[in-house]
Amino acid sequence: MSVSSTGRVVPAWQGAWLRVEGYWAWYRRYWKSNVYSTGLQPLLFLLAMGLGFGSQVQAGPATGGLSYVHYIAPALLVSAAMQNAVGESTYPVLSGFKWQKDYLAVTATPVSPGQVLGGHLIWVTLRLLLSGAVYALIAVPFGAWLNAGAALVVVVGAVTGLACAAPVTALAATTYDEGVRFNAVFRFVVMPMTLFAGTFFPIEQIPVALRWLAWISPLWHGNELARGVTLGGLEPLPALGHLAFLAALFTVGAVLARRYFYRRLVV
Amino acid sequence: MTTLTETPRRGVLLRILPPGLYAGRASKLVERSILAYSRMWLVFASGVLEPLLYLVAFQIGFGRLVGDATGPDGQPMSYVAFVAPALLASSAMNGAVFDSTFNVFFKFRYAKTYDAMLATPIGPLDIAIGEISWAVLRGGLYSVAFFAVMAAMGLVTSPWALLLIPVALLIALAFAAIGMACATFLRSTSQFDYIQLAVVPMFLFSTTFYPLSVYPGPLQVVVQCSPLYHGIQLMREFAVGALHPGMIGHVAYLVALAILGIWGAARRLSGLLLR
Repeated sequence: MSVSSTGRVVPAWQGAWLRVEGYWAWYRRYWKSNVYSTGLQPLLFLLAMGLGFGSQVQAGPATGGLSYVHYIAPALLVSAAMQNAVGESTYPVLSGFKWQKDYLAVTATPVSPGQVLGGHLIWVTLRLLLSGAVYALIAVPFGAWLNAGAALVVVVGAVTGLACAAPVTALAATTYDEGVRFNAVFRFVVMPMTLFAGTFFPIEQIPVALRWLAWISPLWHGNELARGVTLGGLEPLPALGHLAFLAALFTVGAVLARRYFYRRLVV
Repeated sequence: MTTLTETPRRGVLLRILPPGLYAGRASKLVERSILAYSRMWLVFASGVLEPLLYLVAFQIGFGRLVGDATGPDGQPMSYVAFVAPALLASSAMNGAVFDSTFNVFFKFRYAKTYDAMLATPIGPLDIAIGEISWAVLRGGLYSVAFFAVMAAMGLVTSPWALLLIPVALLIALAFAAIGMACATFLRSTSQFDYIQLAVVPMFLFSTTFYPLSVYPGPLQVVVQCSPLYHGIQLMREFAVGALHPGMIGHVAYLVALAILGIWGAARRLSGLLLR
């Protein structure tokens, strides 16, 4: 698609979509280098933890009376989506500002910084939907799903990932060094969240004094929603609460990110 | 004009290797790494923290989902005590591989640190030995911290368990050497996925989280080929003090891997850097 230089401003969605086209052109060529981290890794965890470790687990109250594979399959999808979303919003965003400088190049055209941010978030969402769908499909022959609610789990994964991507993008937009703080994010936020936010075991096993850490983590809300849509037992009111938390996190992150994008790209 | 009155007697390695490959200055590289990392203590602290979080997660989470596990001596043991030695082996592997691939690749391809070093009286084998020693030292530091927490949690029951630390160093050495040899083949950062592709399955499937008997027969053989499996077995057996002659085989496998890696890394580095 070409935009003629008439001095007109690109409509809001069209500008963002132009960015998505750019990402897609890159992805078509390099998708193979991402196959492992986006598609294969969650499957390996499903095999090792769901089937291998799960063979040692007795179905009981902790797993809601379900076998361990069924218990963790939805949560593994959401946790992989969270990790992908954070990964895609750290170094790639910093690179757009600092190393490849494609954000600077694009904002020299009629595309605005807000549209650059929108394009990034849309692209992350599409990637999460794609990798979630691939995981969900390959997990079928391993008997990981109880019903077609698995399709909704893919959507929950994308929503949770997006809620994490927005604030991390804001952080990346205010990073001017080589991104050392991202290592801290991975080690002190993402990794503990993966272990303790109810992906592998119910958070009721965490001492009460520390359980609030799980409650404020977006992954726990995503896990609850994901289990709810495929394993059942989700009441409307808690579901709305989880969605509201994720929406609030996304909104705060997106508003901050938009402000920082304008600050850094408009001279 | 000065005359050399006396050449100091050199070590056997210096006499048998081709001149220029090794200058006996590997310790200078370790010194450099210590200096470079002295300002990055946070990286170290977080490296210590990660396996500890895993240990806590197994204590309060995973361990309560399963009953007792069967130890290497056939005695029942708590699941946390079953997993802890395996986590120590895996973290030794992860730390060593991380240090010897990502960091070596960066210094090799982008920072050109090694080109600069070779302009001084330092040879490729010094670089290989120096960088591998640093990776092992770093892995050793992490394993001492991990062992201390294991002891504090009451998971150390046998005096033989003190040998977990040298075993962790051996695992770190073997994987650092192989990792460094592999790092010289990498061309771009997107190929780091290949390293993950080797390390993560090894971490997940080398009987880290559940016994070998979970696998069907033919798969058991495949798992037993993994070097991490031998490291984990060695750790588990020392942790409870169940000694047997088969442990020599585990050690031999890891030593062979280390020798192969050091030889390969030095060969590749001299081929690539001394053109």
